[in-house]
Amino acid sequence: MANYTLNINGKSREVDVDPSTPMLWVLRDHVKLVGTKYGCGIAQCGACTIHLDDNAVRSCQLPVSAVGDKKITTIEGLSEHGDHPVQQAWLEVDVPQCGYCQAGQIMSASALLKNNSNPTDSEIDTAMDGNICRCGTYTRIKKAIKTAAGNLS
Amino acid sequence: MTLLKTHIGRRAFIKNTSLASGGLVLGFSFLNSCKPEQAEKMAVREMPKEWFEINGYLKIGDNGLVTIMSPNPEIGQNVKTSMPMIVADELEIDWKDVIVEQAPLNTNLYSWQVAGGSRSISSSWQSLRMAGATARQMLKQAAATAWQVPVEEIRAVEGVLTHEASGKSAGYGEMASAAAKEAVPEEINLKDRSDFSIIGTSRKNVDGLKIVTGQPLFGIDVQREGMLIATVAHPPAFGMQLKSLDAEAAKKMPGIRDVFSITLFDDDFKRSAFHHTAFNTLVAVVGESTWEVMQAKKALNIEWEKAPSASIGMTMFGNDMEVNYPAGLENTTTHREQMEALNAKKGRVVRKDGNPEAAFKNAAKVIERSYTCPFLAHNTMEPMNFFAHVTEDHAELLGPTQTPEWMEPAIAELLGLPLEKIDINMTRQGGGFGRRLYGHFMIEAAAISQKAKAPVKLVYSREDDMSQGTYRPSYYATYRAALDADNNLTALHVKTGGIPESPLFANRFPAGALDNYLAEDWTIESNITTGAFRAPRSNFIAGAEQSFLDEVAEAAGKDPIEMRLELLKKAQENPVGENNDYDAERYAGVLELVKDKSNWNASPTGMHRGVSAYFCHNSYVAQVLDIAMENNEPVVQKVTTAIDCGIVINPDAARNLAEGGVVDGIGHAMYSAITFKDGAPEQTNFDKYRLIRHSEAPKEIETHFVDNGIDPTGLGEPPFPPIMGALANALYKATGRRHYHQPFITDRPPIVG
Ligand code: FES
Ligand code: FES
Repeated sequence: MANYTLNINGKSREVDVDPSTPMLWVLRDHVKLVGTKYGCGIAQCGACTIHLDDNAVRSCQLPVSAVGDKKITTIEGLSEHGDHPVQQAWLEVDVPQCGYCQAGQIMSASALLKNNSNPTDSEIDTAMDGNICRCGTYTRIKKAIKTAAGNLS
Repeated sequence: MTLLKTHIGRRAFIKNTSLASGGLVLGFSFLNSCKPEQAEKMAVREMPKEWFEINGYLKIGDNGLVTIMSPNPEIGQNVKTSMPMIVADELEIDWKDVIVEQAPLNTNLYSWQVAGGSRSISSSWQSLRMAGATARQMLKQAAATAWQVPVEEIRAVEGVLTHEASGKSAGYGEMASAAAKEAVPEEINLKDRSDFSIIGTSRKNVDGLKIVTGQPLFGIDVQREGMLIATVAHPPAFGMQLKSLDAEAAKKMPGIRDVFSITLFDDDFKRSAFHHTAFNTLVAVVGESTWEVMQAKKALNIEWEKAPSASIGMTMFGNDMEVNYPAGLENTTTHREQMEALNAKKGRVVRKDGNPEAAFKNAAKVIERSYTCPFLAHNTMEPMNFFAHVTEDHAELLGPTQTPEWMEPAIAELLGLPLEKIDINMTRQGGGFGRRLYGHFMIEAAAISQKAKAPVKLVYSREDDMSQGTYRPSYYATYRAALDADNNLTALHVKTGGIPESPLFANRFPAGALDNYLAEDWTIESNITTGAFRAPRSNFIAGAEQSFLDEVAEAAGKDPIEMRLELLKKAQENPVGENNDYDAERYAGVLELVKDKSNWNASPTGMHRGVSAYFCHNSYVAQVLDIAMENNEPVVQKVTTAIDCGIVINPDAARNLAEGGVVDGIGHAMYSAITFKDGAPEQTNFDKYRLIRHSEAPKEIETHFVDNGIDPTGLGEPPFPPIMGALANALYKATGRRHYHQPFITDRPPIVG
């Protein structure tokens, strides 16, 4: 066990966990932020995507000991009232079916748009291919990303 | 208007004498109540001071807000929005004044609290409408009494009651208290379809904001004071069982509270088919956090041994059956050989019309093709999990299940508690697809909580989830067609089977359209457990049949849509046989619609098109799939879908579900498979089990509905099966290769066209 002070969604949080614990479980079990989802645990599904200093990372593969003082943003911290342009676009297009993958999709999409405000279809595919949606909302996700890009520009 | 006696779901209308009191933070999930700041921020309206329960489906607040209970499990099919929409329309309330809550399991109030068979809407269509309509009538009656005017003269529109002659008006909130005391009307007028104001209009997902802001909604998100986390270890292969457990090392790991084995069913318990599981005895690891129990599981010292064969008596909707599980460790290669061998023999004749033998003998041309598909894992994005808190005299269960009612007796039996001491609540569910019809994980959670004497959340890892069984069966089918010298289809013969069930629907199209028809089947027993997977059996046989018909049309020199329409005309005008269980006119209707909407007769250049149509779950779907070659690879550009599922409640959400069916069907036909070596699945996570991804989805999906005013039929499943045929047919046009064996990505058929 070891103590870590983490910067999560702009707040400082202390946790006492084994150094190997993935951020996914630190967030879900210890910080009680459950918006970040477990899907595979091996970086294959994207459900656990968070931002580490503005880059999309799979939190199931990020041990707490590797975080240091980097900023962590989760779906709960993407905006204060759900009004991030990507969240708004998701609502406008009414993307979710079951909804389980969508936090991860939104975190990947928002990281993409931060670096590339007007992505092409193939750039969207490349950035999003690591995020599985078992319900098959892919066409709506693409539409929502384009809607968000349009609203951002 | 339709006048209906209010007998359906009558118990739902028996009023609760203790009226719900005010001040509750309704509309916010029970999971949220531990986070009041967030709940407040999301609130758009002030909560009423007092709620008045009108019936089991709805209560009205003194400020006019209405809470509508959504009775059925929400697995992504969006019933949590569409079911309350039906109540709200009959109630005559503005949708923005509606708060939706997930109802608990309550067999006194609701019927068919099941997410299965695409039946949520069709089964509850009348009771939902009646719940709204009786409440509307009670509000009118309350106003009539208060104003001393005839009830017939009162109008109810968008939550406001008015009496034109006297100029009186009142909001529902003002009349709610009096309405709750009114007698439930014996008969009720339901609205005409032309008067619907909410049904048939697109409304956003009621959980949308919570989903995009990551609020706790799902079973895996449940948090409780003092709650422990549990995981289970099951045998590494089908055909194995627990021999011995040495838990010493695991027990010493950090955060671990206990390790023990659990057994779900006694031999004499009469299981239903939804209770089945391959592994009746499991090892449970209980601890303080998910990561810790997952680590401790790796430190377990377990000896597994080969299990003997077993025969288990089960009931399925009141029918008794005996299911045999042979001993042994099975292999995919052997499965294939077994299926081929059995399919070469005479099967069980399920239907025979005319004289197919003679027709084949006299045929100018005979076409014969065989099709296969592998086992599939449902792989809901949210793995199996459930919360249970079992005490001496009570059990609370909370989580994702498609069949709470059917699981309750098994939990009662296990815990030795009467049914009324068991409360089951449902969370939103991260996918279902049939997987959560089989709630062994609920029983496991209850058993663990009882033994650990603590509230427990059981969580499966993806590997546990994918290797547990309950798979889509593996199927095999051979089709034969006889054509005469004029290229008329004179006979069709289907022989099919699977492990462990047959996918045959002998009375579906093209049965009924052919003078000579033969349908046979067979089955092979297995110890690998299987379960319903979105559109069970149809999810294979539709693709096989619709691919075959494409080849028949080609051999006959006919357009594939025209050939199907010709056959359907025959089935409509001059059907063969008695038991045809489809409506040929509605079948033809979706083909006509897709032909029109896809511009079938003017195919865009460079586009290779395949068509398919199928009937299941009382609905009809036709699809046209367009492929273009990009860098020598076939890429799906567009899918046009035509659906006849009767009245559509929430059109945009219905389109979303149909789009999902298309992506799901293409994905599974193209990429996914579970294979076995020595009884163990060779794929246990998404590194080896391939699911369709963003870049592989169609670029565009268009969905059209037949507008015929028929009461709703099913929608969750029907768009899924036919797309596999449309895909195979379009792939053939694009590549010259006919695919017979799913997943197509590993199938290497020769170039034939
Ligand atoms: S849970 Fe991290 S990528 Fe799947
Ligand atoms: S919406 Fe269900 S997994 Fe994406």
